[in-house]
Amino acid sequence: MAETEDQEIVLSELDDGELVEQMQDDLYDGLKEEIEEGVTILLGRGWAPYDVLTKSLVAGMKTVGDDFRDGILFVPEVLMAANAMKAGMAILRPLLAETGAPKIGKMVIGTVKGDIHDIGKNLVAMMMEGAGFEVINLGINTDADAFLAAIDEHKPDILGMSALLTTTMTYMKTVIEELKSRGIRDDLIVLVGGAPLNEEFGEAIGADAYCRDAAVAVETATRLVTQRAAAT
Amino acid sequence: MNALTTLLERYEILLADGAVGTNLIPAGLAAGAAPEAWNLDRPEDVRALHEGFVEAGADLLVTNSFGGSGRRLHLHGLDDRVVEINARAAEIARSATAGTGRQIVIAGSVGPTGDLMAPLGPLSHEAAVAAFAEQIEGLKQGGADLAWIETMSAPEEIAAAAEAAVAAGMAYTVTASFDTAGHTMMGLAPGAFARSMRDREVPPVAFGANCGVGAADLLAAALDLVDNAGALPVIAKANAGIPHIHGETVVYSGTPALMADYVRLAVDVGARIIGGCCGTTAEHVRQMRSALDAHTRGARPDVEAIVARLGALVSPPAAGVADRPARRRRRA
Repeated sequence: MAETEDQEIVLSELDDGELVEQMQDDLYDGLKEEIEEGVTILLGRGWAPYDVLTKSLVAGMKTVGDDFRDGILFVPEVLMAANAMKAGMAILRPLLAETGAPKIGKMVIGTVKGDIHDIGKNLVAMMMEGAGFEVINLGINTDADAFLAAIDEHKPDILGMSALLTTTMTYMKTVIEELKSRGIRDDLIVLVGGAPLNEEFGEAIGADAYCRDAAVAVETATRLVTQRAAAT
Repeated sequence: MNALTTLLERYEILLADGAVGTNLIPAGLAAGAAPEAWNLDRPEDVRALHEGFVEAGADLLVTNSFGGSGRRLHLHGLDDRVVEINARAAEIARSATAGTGRQIVIAGSVGPTGDLMAPLGPLSHEAAVAAFAEQIEGLKQGGADLAWIETMSAPEEIAAAAEAAVAAGMAYTVTASFDTAGHTMMGLAPGAFARSMRDREVPPVAFGANCGVGAADLLAAALDLVDNAGALPVIAKANAGIPHIHGETVVYSGTPALMADYVRLAVDVGARIIGGCCGTTAEHVRQMRSALDAHTRGARPDVEAIVARLGALVSPPAAGVADRPARRRRRA
């Protein structure tokens, strides 16, 4: 807003409520150093690491995710925001581990065999982390054996697969068939995404859900993990 | 003068071909395998695909080199054969036109590297130009008429590919994929893209839209492209609908009849090079040719008219952006 645009904002002079709101704005604008400073200030004021994560970073990324989903922000802005969040997370992660903060769930994610596109997949990974999930990111060109080895090792709640090419997206079906043949398909929530996919495609290959973008992936993962926890 | 400009001077509308990658799948291309490897291993299958498009009446063939830059072929252990693979791609396409007596443009496909460019990602401008230059050198050696830079989403990558084409002395075209709320994935809007093309020191022969999320979304973007094109011809190369999986095979929702109607609409929108992308078979192109030959340019449709004939937009532009609450403070 014009009347406040030129004002210098000193984060340490803001009260907790204002600071959290400012951090959400700074996250939206992808301001990495300001996020690091804000996280440090809140911790210095005695905030629990988990509260810093959820009230400033996760809440801020929710707005970013909503605007991404609604076609107001695009990949570059969301990447900047996610990088700022990552910087905050780097400070919080060791503290969260010490304080035994709750994890929502664990995800193994990768771009399928033959496909090198990982922009969207990395966004999903970062936003899932921001939402409190533990994420094991297998990178690009991931074949069924690599997915299965990671599943054996990490015992995730969720398997995420990404493809950007119409010539690689069918490989997701190959991986799901492999899960079925090993009898572990139903142990996992399988989420798929990528530009050429759609909901019907996800259903037809036997995934639990198609996620249109990273924001939808976080929403869907949270919902399905919660449902599954309630059912057991 | 390059072959595409020559044909554009002779004909009001040119028909481009259909898909390469998705059409090699029924021929046996495995999920995740590199289509470009077939230029070395199974050239007859690639040639047969091109021949199908030639027989269907295409004026322009896009080569089997979409993923033919070193940064992508690296994945398949083929990055030491970039020039050879791209040269073969152009030669195979050219050989498919032999004996037709028609002038058919060989458009050397150049797809994105798949990497994010600096400062967001690791790929520097120089490295991107070098990767595209190597690929375009191969296409040129193989006799391609121009570099057909396609499915782009990042302005920086478009600039790098165009720069490489110009440095190689090749004519070029650029098409972007408007698959995200009326923009490219990286947020490039059709109008802004059009203006950036016009403003280049060496402008493309033509520019436009390809791939994306269906014919309706593509033509909605094409309206803005044409409005901002100046004198540059606009390309429309839409997917044949969206992919559905039927048992073991992927079927696209766009029938040949729908793609024929898409051609008529594309003409009315003002596109001058019209073709299909993923899911578009020779049979689609045949009906697209008939539709084009029988059609006289009609009134320009608006988005509503496009949707009424081709179906709803898959990823419509954001509505009500201006209504969103103002943000608290914004730093400079």
